[in-house]
Amino acid sequence: MTDRYDAIVVGGGHNGLVCAALLGRSGKQVLVLEANDQVGGAAVTREFVDGYAVSACAHLLYQLQPSVVKDLKLKPKLVSEDMTTIALGDNGQHVRIQGRSVDGVNDTDAESYRGFHKRMTRFADLLRTFFNKTPPRLGTTDFKDLLTLGQLGFDVRRLGKTEMREFLRLIGINIHDELNERFENPLLKGALSLDAVLGTHLGPRSPNTIMTYLYRLAGDHGRIASPLGGMGSVSDELAMAATEAGVTIRTGMPVSRIVVDNGRVVGVETESGERFDSLTIVSNADPKQTIMELVGARHVETGFTHRIHHMRMKGNAAKLHLALDGLPAIDGLSNSDYAQRIVIAPDEHYVERAFNPAKYGESSPEPVVEITFPSFRDSALAPAGKQVMSAVVQYAPYERKGGWTDAARQELEAAAIRVIERYAPDITERIVASELLTPADIEREFHITGGHWHHGELTLDQLMFVRPVCGAAQYRMPIDGLYLCGAGAHPGGGVSGAAGRNAARAILRREKAA
Amino acid sequence: MKTYDAIIVGAGHNGLTTAAFLAKAGLDVVCVEKNDYIGGAAVSRNLYEDWMYSNCSYVCSLLRPEIYRSLELHKHGLQVTPYGGSVTFKEDGDYFGSYHDPEVAYREMARFSQHDADAYQRYSTDTMRQCRFIRDFLLRTPPDPTSFKPKDIKELLTIGSKFMDMGEDRMYETIRFWTMSVAEYLGEYFETDVIKAAMSGSGIIGTALGIYSPGTAYVLLHHYMGDVDGNVGTWGFARGGMGAVSESIAGAFQAYGGELRTVAGVEQIIVKDGIATGVALENGEEISGRIVVSAMDVKRTFLTCMNKSDLPEAFYNRVNNFKIRGSSGKLNIALDGLPTFPALPEGSSLYHSDMHFIDSLERMERAYDDWKDGTWSKDPYVDMVIPTLMDPTMAPPGKHFMSCFIQYCPHKLEGRDWTDPEREEFAKTVINQIANYSPDFKDLILHYEIRTPQDIEDQIGITEGNIFHGELTMDQLLFNRPVPGYAQYRAPVAGLYMCGSSVHPGGGVMAAPGANAAREILSDLKRPNTVPENFGDD
Repeated sequence: MTDRYDAIVVGGGHNGLVCAALLGRSGKQVLVLEANDQVGGAAVTREFVDGYAVSACAHLLYQLQPSVVKDLKLKPKLVSEDMTTIALGDNGQHVRIQGRSVDGVNDTDAESYRGFHKRMTRFADLLRTFFNKTPPRLGTTDFKDLLTLGQLGFDVRRLGKTEMREFLRLIGINIHDELNERFENPLLKGALSLDAVLGTHLGPRSPNTIMTYLYRLAGDHGRIASPLGGMGSVSDELAMAATEAGVTIRTGMPVSRIVVDNGRVVGVETESGERFDSLTIVSNADPKQTIMELVGARHVETGFTHRIHHMRMKGNAAKLHLALDGLPAIDGLSNSDYAQRIVIAPDEHYVERAFNPAKYGESSPEPVVEITFPSFRDSALAPAGKQVMSAVVQYAPYERKGGWTDAARQELEAAAIRVIERYAPDITERIVASELLTPADIEREFHITGGHWHHGELTLDQLMFVRPVCGAAQYRMPIDGLYLCGAGAHPGGGVSGAAGRNAARAILRREKAA
Repeated sequence: MKTYDAIIVGAGHNGLTTAAFLAKAGLDVVCVEKNDYIGGAAVSRNLYEDWMYSNCSYVCSLLRPEIYRSLELHKHGLQVTPYGGSVTFKEDGDYFGSYHDPEVAYREMARFSQHDADAYQRYSTDTMRQCRFIRDFLLRTPPDPTSFKPKDIKELLTIGSKFMDMGEDRMYETIRFWTMSVAEYLGEYFETDVIKAAMSGSGIIGTALGIYSPGTAYVLLHHYMGDVDGNVGTWGFARGGMGAVSESIAGAFQAYGGELRTVAGVEQIIVKDGIATGVALENGEEISGRIVVSAMDVKRTFLTCMNKSDLPEAFYNRVNNFKIRGSSGKLNIALDGLPTFPALPEGSSLYHSDMHFIDSLERMERAYDDWKDGTWSKDPYVDMVIPTLMDPTMAPPGKHFMSCFIQYCPHKLEGRDWTDPEREEFAKTVINQIANYSPDFKDLILHYEIRTPQDIEDQIGITEGNIFHGELTMDQLLFNRPVPGYAQYRAPVAGLYMCGSSVHPGGGVMAAPGANAAREILSDLKRPNTVPENFGDD
C-alpha cells in the first residue's frame, strides 16, 4: 500500500521546511523526505571531531526573512546579534564595520561610508519587497503580475530623480569601481569587496558585484547574527513548526525518483524502494538535480533541459573547521571581538587576485577568509576551554584542475592556514583537528549540484524573472504538479526561507484558482 | 568678430558628421581641429616613405548606411570593400578558419566538431536577433527614464513595446544576453575551445573586461551590428584607409559650405553667464559661436577645457568618475612583402582575413589578468589584418601594410608613464606572437609605429586612450551615457552640446553619435531636420 499525501516535499532543507510548515498550516497533509539523518540541508550543526560541533555549511544568519519569522511565529535564539565585521590589518590596526558606522578609517571615509550605506540599504529595500513576491511573468496579462511589475517600477521612481538615476547606473556595475570612487582605506575596500563576492564565481571587478552586494543587504540591512547551537538550531525550530502544523518528516529517506505519468507528477520513489503518492511534489533540491536526476530529462522538453543544463552553479567556497585548544592570539583584538565576524581581505586587489586562479580551475594560493568562533559564546559546541573556528575560504573551484585530490586539499588548507597565521601566529600550535569541505564535499554531503550553496549563481541573468531559468521563475516547473521551493528559485540563497514561503503561497494560490 | 551658428570642437568622424548635417541645414559652421590632420582615430597617416597606415581604427562596418547615403559619401571618395573571414592559429600548428561561404564555413567547423557546425546556424540566428533589436536604437536619442516629458515617456513606451513584441521567451533571452559573459554565451552553443576563443575576441575589444566578465556578450553586438552594403555583420576596408571615412565626411561638410580649420586646438570653452559663447584656441585666438558642440570625450571637454565653476558639482563629479580606461594598443607595420603562414594552405583566402593567435578561452582570460595587474598582456590577443591585399593603394607595389590591434594594453604601467624601452618591449611581444606562426615575418619588417593608450591620448587627445571614448558597460550605456541625466547630447550649460563617442550609442566608427547630436541641435534651434531616420531592417 502506498501512502497518499496532499503534498510531498523532496529534501528537508530550511526552505523545504518553511514550505511544508506553511502548507501544513493551511490544512494540507504534507510529507517531507530528507536523505540525510537530520533535516536542515546546508543549514545544520554537526560534530566534525569528537566533542566539537560546527555549522557544517552556512554559519551566519543575515537573510532570515522577517515575513517567514512572522508567519511561522519563530523565535530564533541568537548568540550574537548585529555582529561587527572586523577587517584584519597589519600590526593590530583593524577596521571595524557595523551598520552605518566604520571605525579605524579617516573621517572622509567614515562620512563617505555613512552615505554609501544609506543609499545601498535604500536600494536593497527595493529588492527586499520584491523578494517576498513571486516574480511576475514578463509577457503577462495577469492582473496581479502586472500590479507587481507596476509596483516595482513605481518603487524605483519613488526613489526620486537623483537616486533613481544612481539606481539605474549602479544596478549592473562592479563593486571595485564604485568602492574606488568613494573610499581610500584598503581594508574597508577589501571587506566590502569580500561581501560582494562571497559564495560567487565573481571578482570585485566583475560587473554584477553591486547586485550581489545589495543582495546581502536585502536580508536585514546587512545585520549579521549567529544562532545559538549553530545553524542547525534554526532548522530544528523550523522542523518543530512543521511538525506542529501536522507535517510528517522522515529522515534517512533519499528520494531516487520523482514519478511522472502522463505529463504530470504522481509521486516519488525512495532509494529503499518505498513509494509515496501525491499530485503536488515540491522539490527543495537544486534545479539541476530536480530536473536532470529526479525527474529525468526525457520528461521535459529539450529547450528547458538545455537551459537548466546551462544554469551556472559551480561552487567556489570551501569550509574550514578547526578544533582549537584555545583562542588564537590575534594582535589588536579585544576579548569581545572574538564574538564578531572576522575577515581577511587586505584590499580589493587581493580579493581580485584570489579570484583569478578560480577561472582556470585552480585554488587561490592566497585565499580570502571569513572567520567566526561560534564556540566563544556557545560553550555547547566545544569541550571546556576549547574552541571551534568556522571559516569560509575562497576561492576553491568545484571543478578543480586535476580534481580535489588529497594533495589539492592539503594545498588549500595549508594556504588558508598560512594566511590566517599572518594575523594569528599561534594558530598552528592551537589546532587539535581540522576538517576541510571543498565544493565537491559540499555536493556530496548536502546533495547540492556543484557544491553551490545558493543553488545557482546570483547574477542578473539568473535572478528574479529568470531564476532558475526563463519560464520557470514562478516556482512551477513545466510538469504539472511539480514545484521548486529551494534557493534555486527566487529570490535565491542564504538561510532565508523566502523561496520556501513564496513557493507555498504560489501552490496555495494555484489551488484556489483551480 | 564674426559669430558662427555653430563651432564644432574636434574633427573626428563624429564631429565632422554633426558639422555636415548642421551645414546641410544651412547653418554657418566651423569645425576646429588641433592636429594638422583630421579624423581623430579614424585616420590614415603617411608615417613611413610611401606607406599609408590606418593607424588607429582599421576596419569599417559600423558606419551607419543612413548617414552614408544621406551625406553621399561615395561622391566624396568613400569606397568600402567587404573582406571575408578570419583565422585563429593554434599552438599545435593547426588553425581554425571562418569563411564567408556558409558551406565552406560549415565544413571547417565540422572538422573540429560536428556538434558545433550544426550549432552555428542557431547561434547566428539568435545573435542576429539581438542585433536587430539594438540596431533600431542606434539612430535614436535615449529616453530619460526619470522624466515626465511626453517625448521621453513616448520613447520609453516605444522601447518597452518593441521589447514586449518579442514574446516572452525572447524577452528573457534578451535580458540574459545583456547580462551574460561572452564566454558563457558562446558556451551555450559551442563546445570546442578554439572556436569559442576565436569568437570571443569581439566581446572584449576596447573594454576593461575579460571574456568571463558579465556584460561582455553585449559588446559582441557592437561588432556584429554593422553592415557593408546591407550585409549585416560584415566588415570591410575603406579604400585608402580609415582616413577615407573622415575625409569623405569632411568633403561632404565642405560641400555644404562648412569651414574646416586644422592646427586650431581648443584650449577653453568660453562660458559667460551660464551660456557657452565660443572657444579660445591654444594660440590665443577666440572664436564666437551661437552654440558649441564638443566632439572630444567628456573628460577632456569638461575637465580640461572648462572651468569647474561653470558646471554643476554633481555633474562634474560623475564626469570625473566616468570610466574611460584605455585597454587597447596598436602596432602598424610596413612590410617588404607578404609574410607566409605555413599553417595555411597555399593561396588560402584566409590571408585576406583577420588573423588571431589565441586558441583557448583560458589564454584570452589570462591576457585580461595582466591588464588588471597594470601591465600589457604577455600573451596578447592580436587582431591582425593586411589591408593592402584588398587595397593596394596603401603601399608600394608588392609591399604591404599590416595593422595589429592588441588587447590588452594599459594606459599607464602600474600607475606610471610608459618609457620608450617598455614601448619597444610591448612591440616585441606582439611581433613575437605573430612570428611564432610566420617564420619570415620579422625579416620583412621595414618600419613600425607603436601606439599605446598613452600615445593615443597624447596625439589624438582621447583621455586615457580608450578607443570608445568611454567604456561600454551597462552603467555607461543608453540613458546612462555619458552620465545619467545628460544622455541627450545636451551639456548642463546652455548652448553646449556633446557629439562624440562618449554619448549614445557609443564608440566604433558609426557616426551615429554625431548624427543624433545634430538632430537634437536642429530641434533646439527650430531648424528643419536633415538627419535621416534609421532605415530599419527588413
